[in-house]
Amino acid sequence: MIIEARRLSRSYGNTLALREADLAVEAGEILAVMGPSGSGKSTLLHCLAGIFTPDSGEVWFGGRRLDTMSDARRTKLRRTAFGFVFQFGQLVPELTVADNVALPLLLGRVRRKEAYARAAGWLERLGLGELGGRRTGQLSGGQAQRVAIARALVLGPRVLFADEPTGALDSLTGEHVMELLVGLAREEGTTVIVVTHDARVAAFADREVIVRDGQVTNPFAGQAVR
Amino acid sequence: MSVPLALLGLLEREPSHGYDLKRDYDTYFGRGKALPFGQVYSTLGRLARDGKVTAGMSEPGDGPDRKRYAITPLGQQQVEEWLSEPVAAEPYLQTVLFTKVVLALMLGRDAAAYLDLQRATHLRRMREFTQIKRTGSLADALLADHGMFHLEADLRWIDVTQARLGALADMVRES
Repeated sequence: MIIEARRLSRSYGNTLALREADLAVEAGEILAVMGPSGSGKSTLLHCLAGIFTPDSGEVWFGGRRLDTMSDARRTKLRRTAFGFVFQFGQLVPELTVADNVALPLLLGRVRRKEAYARAAGWLERLGLGELGGRRTGQLSGGQAQRVAIARALVLGPRVLFADEPTGALDSLTGEHVMELLVGLAREEGTTVIVVTHDARVAAFADREVIVRDGQVTNPFAGQAVR
Repeated sequence: MSVPLALLGLLEREPSHGYDLKRDYDTYFGRGKALPFGQVYSTLGRLARDGKVTAGMSEPGDGPDRKRYAITPLGQQQVEEWLSEPVAAEPYLQTVLFTKVVLALMLGRDAAAYLDLQRATHLRRMREFTQIKRTGSLADALLADHGMFHLEADLRWIDVTQARLGALADMVRES
C-alpha cells in the first residue's frame, strides 16, 4: 500500500467536509475519486497529498505518517515524491514552456543544463517538443494541461495527484490528455489519484471510489483488478 | 439494428451474393455478433417476396446460394425513408433502473447500495469501452463512444436519483 487514509475528518467552520474517511491505494494503481460537488473528494485529495492537515485521523505514505510530519519535511516530500495536475494548468505565464517544466528540477538544485535537457525529453514524450520556447499564455487548453503533466512527472514522483485535470477541456482533448497522463504514469510506475466527476475520465482508472457526505463508500472495493 | 434495412442499404451500393452481404454486414455492423447465414437468406427471401429486391438466376459454382441480389426502386425508396427518419429517443434502460429503485424503496431494501452497484457495473463497462477505443479501429472507437455516451446518461441519472433518494423514499412510502 503506498497511501492510506484512516478515519480522516476535516471541517471548514461548521461544515464537516470529511467524516472518518478511509482509503487505501496500492503502488502503481490508477484510482479515480468520484462524487457529487461538495462531497469532500477534493478535501480528501488535499489531505492525502499533505496540502491540508486533517482534524483527526491518519495519512500514511510509504510507511511514513504524513499528517504529523513537520511542515518542512512535508513540503520537501510534496516537492520530491508527489506531482500535481489541477483543472487549470497553473503554469507560470511569464515563463516559457521549457522553463515551467524545468522549474521543479531547478528548485531541486539540478544543474541548469541537465534540467532543461530532462524538460525537453518530457516535452517530447508529450508531443510538445516544438513548443519549448513558447510562453504558456499562448498555449491551447489541451497543450497547457500537457505541459502541466510534463511538469508533474519531470521529478519522477511516486504519486501523481490530479484534481479535475480535464475539467476545462472539450471531450476529445480531455480524452487525449487522459490517455497521455495514464499512459506515461503506467510506463513510469507512478500511482495516480485523480479526482473527477466525469465518468469518461474515471474509465481510464483501474478502479473508482465514491465520496459521499465526507465518506468513501467503497474504499477497498475492486482493488488489484488490473 | 434493423437487419433487412441494413442489407437493403448494402445492396443499394451494388448487387451482391448472400455470402458477400453477410461478410460486409459482419464487417461494418456485426461487432462481435455475426449474422447467421440462415438469417441472411431468409431475410433476402422476404425482401424478394415484398418486391424490394430481385434475385438473379443461380450461377454455376460451389456454395449454398449462387444467386445475385439487386435492390428494386421500392427497396431504394424504403432505404431513403429509413435514412431520413430519426431513431426514436427511448431511454429504455432508465425505466428498468427506475423500477428497481422504486421497488427497493417500497420493499425497504437498500436502494442506495443498488445504485452504487449499478454505477460500478456501468463504470466497468466504460473501462472496457475505453480499452476498445485505445486498441481498436476508428469504427470500433466510434461505436464504443456511442455506448459510452449512453452509459454516461445512465450514470448521470444514477447520481441525480441518489441525491434525491430520501425524497423519493418519502413519496413511495406515503402513496
